[in-house]
Amino acid sequence: MNWTWFHRFGSPPYFYRVAGKMIPWFAWLAAITAVAGLVGGLGLAPADYQQGEGYRIIFVHVPAAVLSTMAYSVMAVAAGVGLIWRMNVAHAVAASCAAVGAWFTLVALATGSLWGRPMWGTYWAWDPRLTSELVLLFLYLGYMGLRGAIDDTARADRASAVLALVGVINLPIIHYSVDWWNSLHQGHTVLKFGKASMPPSMLVPLLLMMLAFSFYFAAILLVRARGEVLRRERNARWISEAIGA
Amino acid sequence: MSNATPTAVSSARAGWLLVQRDLRLGLRRPGEWLQPLVFFLVVTTLFPLATDPQMSRLRDIAPGALWVAALLSSLLALELLFREDGQDGSLEQLAVSGLPLSWLLLAKTCVHWLMTGLPLVLAAPLVATALGAPYAAIPGILAALLLGSVALSLIGAVGAGLTLGLRRGGVLLALLVLPLAVPVLIFGARATALAIALEPMAAPMYLLGAIVVLSATLAPLAAAAAVRISLE
Repeated sequence: MNWTWFHRFGSPPYFYRVAGKMIPWFAWLAAITAVAGLVGGLGLAPADYQQGEGYRIIFVHVPAAVLSTMAYSVMAVAAGVGLIWRMNVAHAVAASCAAVGAWFTLVALATGSLWGRPMWGTYWAWDPRLTSELVLLFLYLGYMGLRGAIDDTARADRASAVLALVGVINLPIIHYSVDWWNSLHQGHTVLKFGKASMPPSMLVPLLLMMLAFSFYFAAILLVRARGEVLRRERNARWISEAIGA
Repeated sequence: MSNATPTAVSSARAGWLLVQRDLRLGLRRPGEWLQPLVFFLVVTTLFPLATDPQMSRLRDIAPGALWVAALLSSLLALELLFREDGQDGSLEQLAVSGLPLSWLLLAKTCVHWLMTGLPLVLAAPLVATALGAPYAAIPGILAALLLGSVALSLIGAVGAGLTLGLRRGGVLLALLVLPLAVPVLIFGARATALAIALEPMAAPMYLLGAIVVLSATLAPLAAAAAVRISLE
């Protein structure tokens, strides 16, 4: 297998240029899928026979929750790549993931508690899944705290990479916590083997929203990573050429 | 490199020597490793004062009180793990000794557990009885805390390595370690609750044991990587 494409991404000018070209694509894909998903989810999908119209927050809540863990996986993989191949760009990507992931986590928690009020009768329940999501938020905050506490960028990169990899242990716990403890939270509805327990009129908009969130994540991650690369390479000559100054 | 010198020692011997050294150093400063124990006793005393001192009520909060106190006290003790050796350069010597650093840090963590974790376990029967646990529950509580404190020391070693030499290390250490310690807390408190209710506690104990095995396998490697990064 030819790995030159991978090594090329290790070069900051190449990454900066290619990322800049990819951002509009991801952003437009995110906009299109979000509009389609929102029209389908808020307008076309039927009301739930038990939860009425209130269930529609699922079209934001579930994608945000999925992305909160996905952002952590991306962060851990990027951190691992940076640690193993000492790739500066990978560290920049990992560093850019944390704040976005923390926001997704916060959105998932906020929409979840708004959804919980009419359905469970309470804003917050000590349900394992909610708790794991909260722990995930703390993991993000710890990661950002560690980065902030170390002045030297190279050391901050590597120390936070170790932390991100250690924190990956938490991801399976989040995923399996539904099975481990009895809980108030409804089980997995989307990725169930066999017959999906959701009609297609709800499932399709939900999947579209997941795509929209993923594309949005990719776009915003690249924007942030470009900024991070610029900050790290601020003294390099290629920057003045890239920005045409 | 010491590998080339005539006095080169095997990894096992080096680990044993390190255990002896750390034990000797620790025993000369009893104040340091007694502090987490006293902290544990004080925190568990606070719970009856802050809630209802009826024994039946206390029995309900006993597992939570025991485990939160044990977690906080092990967190307090973590700063002792590498600080001294990091400041006087011993840790750097260990890192350049050519011996596997993860193995040496495992030895250090074992001593740290002996000095700060084991006293908590030994004090647990007293505290548990004071919180209304029946005598028959004591062996179960001891077993759960024994496994849990080992896991907490191992997980904490990673955090201690990452925050080594940082100015705002203390609070950051808590922020890093506490989320990682959540599974230990959950299964430990669950096992303790079952022990107090005199019910079979095998399930959470197995999971606790699995966490100990996993952290004993991986945590020294992560701690060694963290220490190396901090020493750069």
